[in-house]
Amino acid sequence: MIQEKVAQTTASASGVVPTLLALRGVGKVFSNGVTALSDVNLTIREGDFLSLLGPSGCGKSTALRLIAGLSTPTSGVLDWRADGSLDRSNIGFVFQEPTLLPWASVFDNVWLPLRLKGVSRAKAAPAVMEMLARVHLTSVENAVPRELSGGMKMRVSIARAMVTKPRVLLMDEPFAALDEITRFKLNNDLLELWQDERFTVVFVTHSVFESVFLSNRVVVMAARPGRVFDELAIEASYPRDEAFRTSPDYAALCRQTSDVLINAINSTAGAHHDGH
Amino acid sequence: MTAIDERVLKLDPEEARRVRQERLERIGRWVLPLAIMILAIWLWDRICVWNAIPQYILPRPGVVLSTLYSDAGLLFSSLLVTLRITFLSLLLAVVGGVGLAVLFAQSKWVEMSFFPFAIVLQVTPIVAIFPLINIYVDNQTTKLLLCAWIVAFFPILSNTTLGLNSVDRNLRDMFKLNGATRWQQLRYLRLPAAMPYFLGGLKIAGGLSLIGAVVAEFVAGATGQSSGLASRIIEAGYRLNAPRLFAALFLISLTGILIFLVLSLISHLILRRWHESALKQER
Repeated sequence: MIQEKVAQTTASASGVVPTLLALRGVGKVFSNGVTALSDVNLTIREGDFLSLLGPSGCGKSTALRLIAGLSTPTSGVLDWRADGSLDRSNIGFVFQEPTLLPWASVFDNVWLPLRLKGVSRAKAAPAVMEMLARVHLTSVENAVPRELSGGMKMRVSIARAMVTKPRVLLMDEPFAALDEITRFKLNNDLLELWQDERFTVVFVTHSVFESVFLSNRVVVMAARPGRVFDELAIEASYPRDEAFRTSPDYAALCRQTSDVLINAINSTAGAHHDGH
Repeated sequence: MTAIDERVLKLDPEEARRVRQERLERIGRWVLPLAIMILAIWLWDRICVWNAIPQYILPRPGVVLSTLYSDAGLLFSSLLVTLRITFLSLLLAVVGGVGLAVLFAQSKWVEMSFFPFAIVLQVTPIVAIFPLINIYVDNQTTKLLLCAWIVAFFPILSNTTLGLNSVDRNLRDMFKLNGATRWQQLRYLRLPAAMPYFLGGLKIAGGLSLIGAVVAEFVAGATGQSSGLASRIIEAGYRLNAPRLFAALFLISLTGILIFLVLSLISHLILRRWHESALKQER
């Protein structure tokens, strides 16, 4: 019921901004019988910063992998923009871990997606250096990952995902392992990058505060089976900065989102209880 | 560096004790084995003198050393023969081991089908296989090479296979997302990831190829066809020339140690920037 309501609201809103991707009745059942996702309806619009928020086991990472094409749905369809202008090369992916090549320098790590497309080192250099500058990493291009801090590694990972100028950036709890100070900094820098380039972001997180700070839309998911529970529009204007982080508006939005998340968690607990 | 630190910092007793302990350990690591070695050689010498053991039973260390010098021409030309077999077989082991591992990495099915054969080849004692090789292969060098290769290639194959298969799952997904071809994935991801494993296998194979070469010479040398160090040992044994036997043995050990050290150095130089095994502990 809730899902239908969400589908309708997004459908009406999509009249203004073109739809990039629509998930229609998407489900995923693993071979061990676990239903990771069940009947997910979700519309992602051009330029969205959309967070998938939920407890562990709600299938948010699975949804991201489906969108990336790393996995195929058991049921339902993923409807990419009808004009066929999007394919895999228009997607950037940032993993939970930095996932860098440990033997390669920062430069070579960022160069990699271009290298795989046959772009030579010299030809790729301007794009790589520009991207490193965009994530505030200059003069470390010759370092290897282990010489960098956790936050810097994540910046390299973001630079690598963005170096091909993708239209969609998928992020799977990218800052979960970082300390709070570093996470705030990366949140700010990511927003700045997003506002400049206006790509679409699908951001998986289990942090209410992070999702509210970053997103214009938060999709709350519930577990067992993984499903969309509700959707919230975060109606606060960008740019959002440190002042926003301590504002009453932000606190109110967080509270609102948190309430929905608690309901989502309780809905699972209730279902579980009923089952017994 | 620690000395400077100590002068600048006022160390509390616990830290001071740790610094002292570390310094002692650093010295001890070199001094202790050397001291024990020297003591053992001295004891060997004394035992020979005290018990008046004849030279053809157990020569004194000094005699071995002078034999090493007086028989240098003979021994070193033999060493060269053994070294040639050792390095050629190691080279072939690297080519064969890595080549097969890459082939195995192409498909689980290939690996499942052929890996058992590699194990059979590995676990059958080479001394037992050699008479067969002796029958089927005519060329002496080929014979020895084949023998040493069989002994040396397995650790490289097994380690490299393990390395090629232990690539981080996310990195693999990342390559897939970027549309990497099979070849690109091998070249930019799996081979570099397998490097530490390969180098570990190489260190073992280095020693094994020397052992393989010597064993092969032993078996072949029994028929008087070889001129490597092992045949010098057999020859010296027949003639009760114990000093030369010991000198040849000494050379073989020294070669083995050198091979290990050189391969360790190579491994360290390749991995020192990124792999955990080559990093200094930082706490």
